[in-house]
Amino acid sequence: MSRIQSTFSRLRASGRKALIPYLTAGDPDLPTTLGLMHALVSHGADIIELGYPFSDPSSDGPVIQRAVERALARNTRLKDVLGLVKQFRASDQNTPIVLMGYLNPVEHMGYAAFAEAALSAGVDGVLIVDLPPEEAQEPKAILRAAGLDTIFLVAPTTDPGRMERICKESSGYVYYVSLKGVTGAAHLDIASVQANLALLRTHTDLPIGVGFGIRDAESAARIASVADAVVVGSALVSRIALLKPEVSYTPAQLREQIALIAAMRTAMDAR
Amino acid sequence: MSEIKDYSGYDHPNSDHSTYDYPDNRGHFGPYGGIFVGETLMPALEELKRQYARLKQDPAFWAEFDYDLAHYVGRPSPLYFAERLTQKLGGAQIYLKREDLNHTGAHKVNNTIGQALLARAMGKTRLIAETGAGQHGVATATVAARLGLECHVFMGTDDIKRQSANVYRMKMLGANVVGVDSGSRTLKDAMNEALRDWATHVDNTYYIIGTVAGPHPYPMLVRDFQAVIGREAKAQSLAQIGRLPDSLVACVGGGSNAIGLFYPFIADTAVRMIGVEAGGLGLASGKHAATLNTGHPGVLHGNRTYLMTDDDGQIADTHSVSAGLDYPGVGPEHSWLKDLGRAEYAAVTDAEALDAFRVLTRSEGIIPALESSHAVAYAIKTAPLLPREHVMVVNLSGRGDKDLHTVADIDQIKI
Repeated sequence: MSRIQSTFSRLRASGRKALIPYLTAGDPDLPTTLGLMHALVSHGADIIELGYPFSDPSSDGPVIQRAVERALARNTRLKDVLGLVKQFRASDQNTPIVLMGYLNPVEHMGYAAFAEAALSAGVDGVLIVDLPPEEAQEPKAILRAAGLDTIFLVAPTTDPGRMERICKESSGYVYYVSLKGVTGAAHLDIASVQANLALLRTHTDLPIGVGFGIRDAESAARIASVADAVVVGSALVSRIALLKPEVSYTPAQLREQIALIAAMRTAMDAR
Repeated sequence: MSEIKDYSGYDHPNSDHSTYDYPDNRGHFGPYGGIFVGETLMPALEELKRQYARLKQDPAFWAEFDYDLAHYVGRPSPLYFAERLTQKLGGAQIYLKREDLNHTGAHKVNNTIGQALLARAMGKTRLIAETGAGQHGVATATVAARLGLECHVFMGTDDIKRQSANVYRMKMLGANVVGVDSGSRTLKDAMNEALRDWATHVDNTYYIIGTVAGPHPYPMLVRDFQAVIGREAKAQSLAQIGRLPDSLVACVGGGSNAIGLFYPFIADTAVRMIGVEAGGLGLASGKHAATLNTGHPGVLHGNRTYLMTDDDGQIADTHSVSAGLDYPGVGPEHSWLKDLGRAEYAAVTDAEALDAFRVLTRSEGIIPALESSHAVAYAIKTAPLLPREHVMVVNLSGRGDKDLHTVADIDQIKI
């Protein structure tokens, strides 16, 4: 059983929902990202989506664009992000890590080389936002053969035929994009999310995570009432944006900076 | 650790290109093209593909397209024998395909007319576009005004500075020009922002991509609308000189004017096709936008194609004196034509293009766009080496009025 699967089955047994924060590796710098990853776990994060930077993040809103620009300004490479995961694994063997980003850096490294490096670093799953299932056959086969989960996105615009296809290609969990737009947008419509999740569940038994537009403890709790996992990205990244590079923050300072995650955890568990 | 993908073993078709039929149903030109976008846009692209497949078979659609090209754009554009330039060069005969004479001053309008008809057929009320030099933005704002549609044009803030005349034209036409301040603040960033806007307003919005790039079906449909250039050039060659030309020359940024000229000639293998990329400060300097000359395959803006990247797969910053060629990718069909060996891709520098700008202006009284000046520069370099019987058709893709400020700045003249 993969680390992602066992995380979800443990949560299911205790009647809880997964909290999945997203952060961009190298923002503000790699040592602080490592500290933030541990702080996220101590706040109750179950899985971490770790963004590797790409110069042209065309599915992301301004908050994550800026985070990626900060990471690239410090020359954060895909291999550095894999190195970061390895460092994290040295002291945390339990929290699944999903790498999230765009296809070109992975394709440039080579799918096989990437799969091998990701696996040996301790990565559990990969979510490539500009890789729809139609074009994913070769990379998916290579990643899955290496034992990595492949997570695909479903959007509000996705019709039932595509939903079925996407669910079939997915492993670990399915990521439902809660709204039309880019990351960090504001107009979350719980009723429409709920209706689409019901439809999605007719196609898959995989856990369903919901992301885009979840900004506070209250919206996290509301999404947790209908989904298996709550993904929070821009709301977290906008807090990380206040941190400076080349500063040695204490664990307590980092936990304080992202207290939002603890508040989300509490609200989700109290529902 | 980098392992550049090699597509050289890809299943190549027969060498005479008589059966050239691309893209396939999923938008692939050999290993290039395809659809690489976030899921939100996938259904919109499927819908566009369906609608275009339907309209492509509809004679009434093409009749309206042809009518608009004739009566609104002013087609056919002449194939003009540049006699004084030819004499000056003393070699090949230079013919100019005068896309600069189109309404709005460039070839871009051929495509926006076609896509606006598509948008209308699909019931979309809001048009968006990306633009580099501003020519595509102007052409989009123009058709939006004509059809009474809302129009938003995304443009890098660096390009807004160097193409201020076109920014003003777009505003006059009623378009909202949205400055894009991310990344390199040029064409590629404008395209990212247009994709984001489309994902957000996908229900009522039609995205008019200006070049033969982007996700399928854009590279195909933009090519189909621009192919009028090559069809006319072919008929005009036969009528004016009694045979096909020996070579075709066009500048390549994304490559829409070049594909437009080349496509109808692909099966005519005796006709050489040369795309001219922006060599910037020289290929050795690294400051250029000569993607097919120096890049390798990767994925950007919805398609697989040659790209300029660093060793981590990050898209490189490009440079060209011409905003319209300042793009780190290229249309996927050009990548395929390069691999097939059917088209060749050269590069000329900023300095050579600027020199060509002046030479054409003084020898023929035609002020070319800086983009088109790259094609002219290639002709100036190579025509003297070719025999006098050689007929070279150069695509004069746009006029240079928009570039007068740039050239004056370079000459340190205040206008």
